[in-house]
Amino acid sequence: MLKETINAIYIQQARKIMNRFGVISRNKPDIGPSQGHLTGQYTVVDHTYDAIIVGGGGAGLRAAIGLVEQGFKTACISKLFPTRSHTLAAIGMNASLGNMGEDNWKWHAYDTIKGSDWLGDQDAITYMCKEAPNIIYELESYGLKFYRTAEGKIKQWASGGSRQNLGAGELAYRICVAGKTGHEMLHILFGRALGYNCTFFMEYFGLDLIMDDQGVCRGVLCMSMQDGSIHRIRAAYTILATGGYGRVYQSCTSAHTCTGDGGGMTIRAGLPMQDMEFVQFHPTGIYGCGCLMTEGCRGVGGFLRNSLGERFMERYAPTAKDLASRDVVSRAMTKEILEGRGVGPEKDHIYLHLDHLPNLHEKIPGICETARTFAGVDATKEPVPVLPTVHYNMGGIPTNYRTEVLNQVNGKDQIVPGLLAAGEAACASVHGANRLGGNSLLDIIVFGKQAAIIVGENWKPGQKQPDLPKNAGENTIARIDKLRFKEGSQSVPQVRKNLQKTMQKYASVFRIEKTLQEGVQKVKEIYQRKDDIKIKDKGLLWNSDLIEGLELDFLILQAKMTIEGALCRKESRGAHARDDYPERDDTNWMKHTLTRIQDIQSGDVEISFRDVITKTLDSKEFDTVLPKKRVY
Amino acid sequence: MLQRLSTVIRRPMFWHGTHHHDSNDATKRLFDTVSSTVKGIQQINYVVEHDPKLTAEEKSKMKQFLIYRYDPADENDFPKYVSYYVDLKKIPPMYLDALLYIKDNYDSSLSLRRSCREGICGSCSMNCNGLHKLACIHAIDTDLTQPAYITPLGHMFVVKDLVVDMTNFYTQYKTIDPYLKRKTPKEGNKEYIQSVEDRKLLDGLYECVLCACCSTSCPSYWWHPDRYLGPAVLMQAYRWIVDSRDEYTDERLEKLAEDVKVEDCQNIGMCSFTCPKGLDPQKSMNHLMKLIEEYKERKIASATL
Repeated sequence: MLKETINAIYIQQARKIMNRFGVISRNKPDIGPSQGHLTGQYTVVDHTYDAIIVGGGGAGLRAAIGLVEQGFKTACISKLFPTRSHTLAAIGMNASLGNMGEDNWKWHAYDTIKGSDWLGDQDAITYMCKEAPNIIYELESYGLKFYRTAEGKIKQWASGGSRQNLGAGELAYRICVAGKTGHEMLHILFGRALGYNCTFFMEYFGLDLIMDDQGVCRGVLCMSMQDGSIHRIRAAYTILATGGYGRVYQSCTSAHTCTGDGGGMTIRAGLPMQDMEFVQFHPTGIYGCGCLMTEGCRGVGGFLRNSLGERFMERYAPTAKDLASRDVVSRAMTKEILEGRGVGPEKDHIYLHLDHLPNLHEKIPGICETARTFAGVDATKEPVPVLPTVHYNMGGIPTNYRTEVLNQVNGKDQIVPGLLAAGEAACASVHGANRLGGNSLLDIIVFGKQAAIIVGENWKPGQKQPDLPKNAGENTIARIDKLRFKEGSQSVPQVRKNLQKTMQKYASVFRIEKTLQEGVQKVKEIYQRKDDIKIKDKGLLWNSDLIEGLELDFLILQAKMTIEGALCRKESRGAHARDDYPERDDTNWMKHTLTRIQDIQSGDVEISFRDVITKTLDSKEFDTVLPKKRVY
Repeated sequence: MLQRLSTVIRRPMFWHGTHHHDSNDATKRLFDTVSSTVKGIQQINYVVEHDPKLTAEEKSKMKQFLIYRYDPADENDFPKYVSYYVDLKKIPPMYLDALLYIKDNYDSSLSLRRSCREGICGSCSMNCNGLHKLACIHAIDTDLTQPAYITPLGHMFVVKDLVVDMTNFYTQYKTIDPYLKRKTPKEGNKEYIQSVEDRKLLDGLYECVLCACCSTSCPSYWWHPDRYLGPAVLMQAYRWIVDSRDEYTDERLEKLAEDVKVEDCQNIGMCSFTCPKGLDPQKSMNHLMKLIEEYKERKIASATL
């Protein structure tokens, strides 16, 4: 009898908690003046929040925690259950803790600026590197279990491009690892967000930003994947943290869900994107499937060999050798393959040797299982076949170091009110033209936290918001309806494969004028034919076909900007390597590329430019690093 | 009465889940019984050919996939197997690759959860040929004479095709408070000091991706998903109890000691057998139950003093 009562109480408590998850929106809709104009076949539900975060990865969850801590009514929309986000795949996080050898945040900042090939905004970089140790200790206090040294402090590893003493000294040990750090970190952050009772809209797909006539971002429109209902969320601040768009390429380390939804929403709102041509090719992605062999492999002593058995990196980067920055290594590998010294039956990849290292399992946990599962090799006995694979997008939504999204009006920066962006989706430009290994996990947490701080500075919890513009979101719903019932000739997977193959062929590691022009033409053709689509699944219940069609829309926009930006920039800087302009050109090209599509129908890309911010936050503490030749 | 399975030799934690654990005779017999029963039931269900025009010769060169399809929103639809034939030479070796090939080329209305394709996110957990695994790291059986069955996770409500409703599982995860709780404030601004041995205690626990393969393989969880938390959630509860930096150990044990949250574990062992990441929830839960017993004894002892 007692057991039944206790069970009943437990079930009642579980139901109360269950109501906190996504589907509650159907039980408690807001009744507002904008409701009721849009219905028809689609259920539209209105909500109001102080802040809404689109994206449930590292940046999104950290922003959610920061906001809930300050008492804001917050919700986080994610098209996946948050712990499935692709932050999981990351391995390490940089911070100048100095636990294993001397280190200093200024050296870290110098390395980042040099790594970005002087395209990074130095104020954002100094902010990030200075905050890094605090962020690590904070995450550790949330429960993140880093590997420890014998004294119990956090253990650190070396990585590409990290040196002591402003690039002149020994290898700096900066990467902090906790198993698969991204995986751990995401679970920890999600656990914390659950502890704070943050509201999640799980498996809700973000469709469009709601912008009013004054150019203020008023909220977000999203669709429930569970039942196809549309949700119009009014929020004082919208934070975009949706990650990168690696899936524009055929071979990438990104998940299937990395389709740049936040970027796509920004483009559709008529705002510019920054530095889209800078796509990082990670040197050691496994040949065939694209899964990542982490940079730490080379950090613990692994090296690359071509078909002649030569450690060719000694020629390209005499000091750093295999631990040169990623773009240098990728370019070297591609050059070796193009000159006929690749390995394998088709001579199209390179071998990564880890078999000479003792205790590989302890040095890099998990790497042997990755090699065994995806490459079918035993890493302790044989070399692993690797190839430069698309890994990260340095470009994205332009923001200042305070995560406020920027528009360009009459050649000047103008902040878009109500819109913030953090993480890979944003381009605060801490990574510039090339990202250092370990900086991404740091970037997402630092700027996720910063976004929460900015909302705290500018808004009070529960402050009244003006009504949404009348019929806000009507166009979006019409678009979805049209897409669902179109009778075209291509299927979504067909168009996507076509786009991916085109981008892989024409906008890869090495780019020349001729192939880029052909590529631009081909992408234009794909863009014009993109409406000739047929979605097989007409329903609204977990319609993955429709969702992939919407993702494809976002992908095509960003692919177009990437390749046109690549054609426009006539120099080689960081990850953007032009065979016909092999040198860096600081006089003409030390500036950010801004690309905008004003008319979605035609898809014409307008290119303008923006200065790189060279002024640091406090020039007495750490002054501007002047550009010089980048050698490792 | 199920025979209590003796502990099996555990390989080191880095051993990947694509290899089964060394099973003793009892486990193997159990698995054969369960899987053949499931396959038997599977065989009497309705099968629809996706492409009836294929000749027998073409079919003999390809692998048959019988995939569970059901669209609850469509009144005319009912749960069925649809048979697709895929040429294994054209696709990479994992089940997820086959599913995506089918989705891209045959039927794009097939709904499934997938994200990282690396075995790290835990989205693509489904029943691949009788065993709950992550489709992206489970290799297809290359025997062309046998069909491969792909069905959603067992004993869960099906939302559509291979997508199941995970709300109950996520709610249960929330109830164990999966975050670090401290009573004493931190000394200074640096990290909490944790020894290498204490850190090693967490190996084999934190790699869990919350795919729910273990919980949905557990017969106990099938019968009482409302009151038994299941191996996945309990292993995470154990992970926080065993973390040397967490100071709410007693409170966590108290919360788990109530009613049947843990007691329904019958030591069946399907959880460790099926874990796609090679983890051992059974061992963690046995240790957890021992900790709870010790806690209860301590409580009684301190009450009677």
